[in-house]
Amino acid sequence: MVTVRILAAACAWLCAAASAHAAQAAVPKAEVIHWWTSGGESAAVKQVAHAYRNAGGVWIDTAIAGGDQSRAVTINRIVGGNPPTAAQFNTSKQFLDVIEQNMLNNVDSVAQAHNWDQILPQPIIDVIKVQGHYYAVPLNIHMQTWFWYSKAAFQKAGITREPATIPEFFAALDKLKAAGIIPLAHGGQSWQETLLFSAVLANIGGREMYLKVLRDRDQATMNSPAFRQILQTFKRLKSYVDPNSPGRNWNDATAMVISGKAGFQVMGDWAKGEFTNARQQPGVHYGCIAGFGPASPYLIQGDVFVFPRTDDPAAVKAQNLLAGVVAQPNLQVTFSKLKGSIPVRTDINAAELDICAQKGIEIIKDRSRQLGVTEVYLTPDQNGALQDILTAYWNMNLPVEKVQRSIANALKY
Amino acid sequence: MLARPFSLNRFTPHAALLPMALTVLVAYIGAALWTFRTSLTASRTFPSEKWIGLAQYVRLFDNERWMLSLNNLAVYGVLFIIACMVIGFLLAVFIDQNVRGEGLLRTVFLYPYAMSFIATGLVWQWLLTPGSGIEATVQSFGFSSFRFEWIIDQDMAIYAVVIATVWQASGLVMALMLAGLRGIDPEIWKAARLDGIPAWRVYVSIVLPMLGPTIATVFLLLSTAVVKLYDAVVAMTQGGPGIASEVPAKFIMDHLFLRSNVGLASAGAVMLLIPVLAVLAPYAYARSRGFGKRPRQKGHA
Repeated sequence: MVTVRILAAACAWLCAAASAHAAQAAVPKAEVIHWWTSGGESAAVKQVAHAYRNAGGVWIDTAIAGGDQSRAVTINRIVGGNPPTAAQFNTSKQFLDVIEQNMLNNVDSVAQAHNWDQILPQPIIDVIKVQGHYYAVPLNIHMQTWFWYSKAAFQKAGITREPATIPEFFAALDKLKAAGIIPLAHGGQSWQETLLFSAVLANIGGREMYLKVLRDRDQATMNSPAFRQILQTFKRLKSYVDPNSPGRNWNDATAMVISGKAGFQVMGDWAKGEFTNARQQPGVHYGCIAGFGPASPYLIQGDVFVFPRTDDPAAVKAQNLLAGVVAQPNLQVTFSKLKGSIPVRTDINAAELDICAQKGIEIIKDRSRQLGVTEVYLTPDQNGALQDILTAYWNMNLPVEKVQRSIANALKY
Repeated sequence: MLARPFSLNRFTPHAALLPMALTVLVAYIGAALWTFRTSLTASRTFPSEKWIGLAQYVRLFDNERWMLSLNNLAVYGVLFIIACMVIGFLLAVFIDQNVRGEGLLRTVFLYPYAMSFIATGLVWQWLLTPGSGIEATVQSFGFSSFRFEWIIDQDMAIYAVVIATVWQASGLVMALMLAGLRGIDPEIWKAARLDGIPAWRVYVSIVLPMLGPTIATVFLLLSTAVVKLYDAVVAMTQGGPGIASEVPAKFIMDHLFLRSNVGLASAGAVMLLIPVLAVLAPYAYARSRGFGKRPRQKGHA
């Protein structure tokens, strides 16, 4: 580590020397690494670039397909001493190690100017504020566990209104099955199974249990009969999924709902982009349920920008400018409109957004319903271990007691 | 005047080998030692100096996915090596019968090897996906109840990977075996024919033993392919369904890059080095004792 630091410092010094000339030009130049490469995503990031240029900066776009690859490149470049001006991460513990290695600049001044302590949802503050300093600028909020449903499929199965409780949800699934429709469109990849499990845990276990398991990693709770029941309910959903789901991508599963071949899909709000591309309207062709019951948690995740440490005044200036631009409420609205997410700030005009997003904004105003996704509470490593067990449980014939023990065991570390 | 060319002759080969020797020392052995060292620390995203002894190894063998990966690798390794060798040898024997269009056949059989594992995996993923590829084709012939669902079956997924990779690699085995067969003295065949020995008997009792060095080479190549197995799994099943077709290399890659656990990944990598050494050590020993070694050539090469 010592050698890496020395190397990094040496490179940083060289880079600083090299960019001293550029500083004289006095135009803040920001190279931004992100993984927004799909249609809606790249349209959304163009809004950010546009706003940055309007504010007098130069935007250098480094888009890398795939979040994992993009994060790996960012970390390699930080370690290698050639960091970008800013980089995208998810609102999660993905960048905690980078903070602890003291490799990020904080954005306390922006946080203070926009009064983040008051206006940001707690799960977001929990991951971007470390030891009293803010280290990332949140752009948007994604809610991961929406229940999307096809109105056409509902009509065919004779379901007259959207289910409001878990038993009603299962009743609807049964009706869909009886009508010869695939009740639940599922993309069979491990992250999607974790997402489905989170939906079950949040909706049945409720806020208390959710936090006990994922935040506190409480052994007693993970070994309790109540938690076992949640695992059983999760597995019960398997009987509503078609046999060809393993390996399926999330958007292929969404396409099944769009075409009315399937009734439900549990997926993040990025699925809206697929519906929109297929010229479907929320409330007309498809519906969205954030959760069952008036207190169902809203599972928050989203995107942030982090700013790798640098002492070069020009680079710092570029970073501060970007942080300020991103925090603007109107940019957050235009960005979210294209991305399918909702703005981080609740003090905005929601009228421009679609009805599902409006539902989300209404829910998130209630602080007691804000919760993070698994990645907010678990390190990438713990989250991955949980994911392995859940996907094994979903796809294989394992006794639930063994799964329970495995989860408790994996979250011990 | 006499001494100079003599000493040059002696040291030139060593000097020429120096860059390679340095590369091996620094890049291979150095990296292996560094990996071992990292596996003893609590490294997460970044390498750390916090020593935790063998805790990463304890955790590794406490991990069901890792244990299942090892199991998969063993099953896969045995099947893959045997299938490649048998099919490759039979193909070579077949081509060695002076068939017509030999050049074309050789190209056809070797062609899959020119494809990367990832492309092979994608092609076979499509072929094996229920509802399309093989299943749909057979069904369209009128066998409407035909099912071929290995790739989404937790017990069979790893065998689906075996099929795809055997298809890819047996062409290479064929090429090597064919070269070996062509190296066998035609006099042996003439003598066997004179004695009235059936052809299969000649292959089993004379040709196969003579192919010893070729078979050893093929075995070594296939063994390294087994340990490296990664891209075909990623392309075909992504380790699924569930974790049914996970392999150690994928475990290591996932923990290195996606799960920010360099320490655990290093421990896995060290464990993966052990079977490689276990295969290589007897081989190196056998070579050092002169088995399968060509007699030292006299004079200048």
